[in-house]
Amino acid sequence: MKHTVFILWCCLCSAALHAQVDSTLFVRAERDSAFQNNMNLDAVYNRPFLQLGKLPVTVGGYVEADYQYMGEDGITEGHSFRIPRMTLFVASSIHRRIKFLSEIELEEGGKEIAIEFAALDLSLHPMLNVRAGVVMNPIGAFNQNHDGPKWEFVDRPIAMTRMLPATWSNVGAGLFGKHYQGQWAFAYEVYLTNGFDASIISNTENKTFLPASKANSERFEESGNGRLLLTAKAAIRHQLAGEVGISYMGGTYNRFEEDGLVLDQARRLDVLALDFHATLPGTGTLLTGEWAWVWVEVPDTYTQQFGNRQQGGFVDLVQPLFRGNVLGFERGVFNLACRLEYVDWNVGTFQETGGNIGDQLWAVVPGLSFRPTAQAVIRLNYRYMQQRDILGNPPAKIGGLQLGLAAYF
Amino acid sequence: MHKPLKIVGLIPLFAGMLLLGSCEQIIPPAPAEEDLLDGPIAGLSTAEQAQFLAGDIAFNDEVFTVESGLGPLFVATSCGSCHIGDGKGHPFTTLVRFGQTAPNTPPDHSIGGPQLQNRAIPGYVPERVPEGQPFMKITPPAVTGLGLLAALTDQQILAHADPDDLDGDGISGVPNYVTPPDYFVPQWYHQPRQGKYLGRFGKKAAAIDLLQQTVGAYKQDMGVNSTFEPLDVATGLPVDPEVSDQQVKEVVFYLRTLKAPIQRNANDAQVLRGKKLFSTIQCAACHIPEWTTPASDIAALSHQTFYPYTDLLLHDMGPGLDDGVTEGSAETYEWRTPPLWGLGLSPDAQGGTYYLLHDGRARSIEEAILLHGGEARASREAYEGLSETDKTAVLRFLESL
Repeated sequence: MKHTVFILWCCLCSAALHAQVDSTLFVRAERDSAFQNNMNLDAVYNRPFLQLGKLPVTVGGYVEADYQYMGEDGITEGHSFRIPRMTLFVASSIHRRIKFLSEIELEEGGKEIAIEFAALDLSLHPMLNVRAGVVMNPIGAFNQNHDGPKWEFVDRPIAMTRMLPATWSNVGAGLFGKHYQGQWAFAYEVYLTNGFDASIISNTENKTFLPASKANSERFEESGNGRLLLTAKAAIRHQLAGEVGISYMGGTYNRFEEDGLVLDQARRLDVLALDFHATLPGTGTLLTGEWAWVWVEVPDTYTQQFGNRQQGGFVDLVQPLFRGNVLGFERGVFNLACRLEYVDWNVGTFQETGGNIGDQLWAVVPGLSFRPTAQAVIRLNYRYMQQRDILGNPPAKIGGLQLGLAAYF
Repeated sequence: MHKPLKIVGLIPLFAGMLLLGSCEQIIPPAPAEEDLLDGPIAGLSTAEQAQFLAGDIAFNDEVFTVESGLGPLFVATSCGSCHIGDGKGHPFTTLVRFGQTAPNTPPDHSIGGPQLQNRAIPGYVPERVPEGQPFMKITPPAVTGLGLLAALTDQQILAHADPDDLDGDGISGVPNYVTPPDYFVPQWYHQPRQGKYLGRFGKKAAAIDLLQQTVGAYKQDMGVNSTFEPLDVATGLPVDPEVSDQQVKEVVFYLRTLKAPIQRNANDAQVLRGKKLFSTIQCAACHIPEWTTPASDIAALSHQTFYPYTDLLLHDMGPGLDDGVTEGSAETYEWRTPPLWGLGLSPDAQGGTYYLLHDGRARSIEEAILLHGGEARASREAYEGLSETDKTAVLRFLESL
């Protein structure tokens, strides 16, 4: 089914672009992948697209590839190359105030193909736009702003990909809008979509794991429990200071009745997230961060292996070291970067002992990156991570080198 | 283009090459071998190592879900949940057993049990111990070195048995003869007695071999049925197997080939003195230090001398440790001598603290000693009579195991 959708999507793209046109006719609408000049809300459209003349269709995409040498407690799996994802997007202006954008991701060489975004936007007023289709739930900032070329790190932040699901999108509809006043901008988004399922507390990760629901493609056909997931976000931005956002996502996650029979009680999932990004005046240091809290109603008679609270986040510091002509790239930039991240998969104490439940990890990821252009990045990271099991025993120590390339095309 | 900038452009390349050239320095170092409980015994063939790996994955990584057969009533979702790092368990996964209150009597299944499934998948109600029923709590044991214990002959174990204390040393050593399950296949080293076989695994020595222990854990701990144990623990009805025979056998192989814990600081003067005192005060009468395996179908287990500090027999531990519940032919106050190897590493698997004795009630090695009663009372009193220096030496020795 996924492959069929993908093939159809490719056919549509090629038809729209009149295949075999002279590539010099394409116009590249370049965007700054550092994204600081736009609000997070704009991330889906803030991408470099290729446009053929005055054709109302633009296309684009990005690819990430990397090499890594990682190991845990002295044992390594050796050297490895990966292509974590290649993403293709097509945007179309159907009317001056009606736009469509789709984003299809091929993960790990096509092992997974997913429609991450396929939504129609109808603009009624800058503060009132309607979006419907497959939408990216605006929880935190990373979920919407996840394109590899925008980041100085090979791996995505763990809290935003394995605590919160990354590229978490669902069928639904909602409203969004922006308002500018002087150097200030305010934005909001609110959507109702299909949502999670009980796999978040019944999965082979042996922990409460929200991304488990991504494997359930039925959520694109119908709501698993007849109730909708509410996701809402508000953000405020100052042109000089940066942007702060607060977001919420919540709803019933389990199928609690079927054919009129009550199988379980309805159980809720709630997520609150704060995110920010800013550029420090003077040094030009870019700060980006996000923190999220998760509450899940887990039956008291289930196992505490699946926690009812989680929290985690990350902060990235990116310091440009040099801007200028490097190896013929006239606008090359060298950055020094560091990511700090933390996840507590199971916040709380054991019922049996009152002692703290473990199941946490933290990581520090220093790195160097080189951006030959704003749309491409070569990044060298060293990841060091410690991970404790549920009892809080001495941590597993994980570390290694990652060298990656990501670019829009 | 300025030349210095060309050099700057090569910095990541040089940095990458530098790091690639020193890969061993990149990976966090391995803990010392003697500080780890997990890992295979030395001398496995490549085919045996592959089997070990398959068992390791099944034991530590296989997590059962509602879809793959968990429950509906259960205690834990995986083998590794109870035996983290192959070490002792934690009160979080304490097992509760009830139903058999006297030796050689069948458990009263009409009241549930013999093991409590205190957890349930959503929508189900977990089991509860019937009001007024006695029960015993059991901390999951470490699973290291089990293959060496399994390789011993019944004759070797029975050589230390003295159920009627004929030698008058106050220490019995009672074999627990149990009725084998249907799938049990006797080996050359088993000696049946009136259709029963010598148990050697479990707190009451109620499991004859590691297969019985394993399929029992799948069923009773995880609610996962196999062809060996096809009856659902919640309904008592037969269900399709939820774990394959192959996976069960891979786990058994894994348990058989986990290495024995390695003693630390074995030549430390205080440890050596503690070792001597341990024998002097007769702890070693039950916690027998040294054993040697006979020939085994796994070459690496053959003719191995090892130091588990157990006799695999039952002993009267006194009324303080009598929970009023039993298994097989054991009295309610009798417990199998637990192996002491790996004792000092227990906190690394129990969340940084000790949970010792059968139910984890002892929070330190010394507390565990002081809770010994029955046949062990004399040794406990001898320990209490030691000087503080000698007590410390005994404790250092036990921590070194």
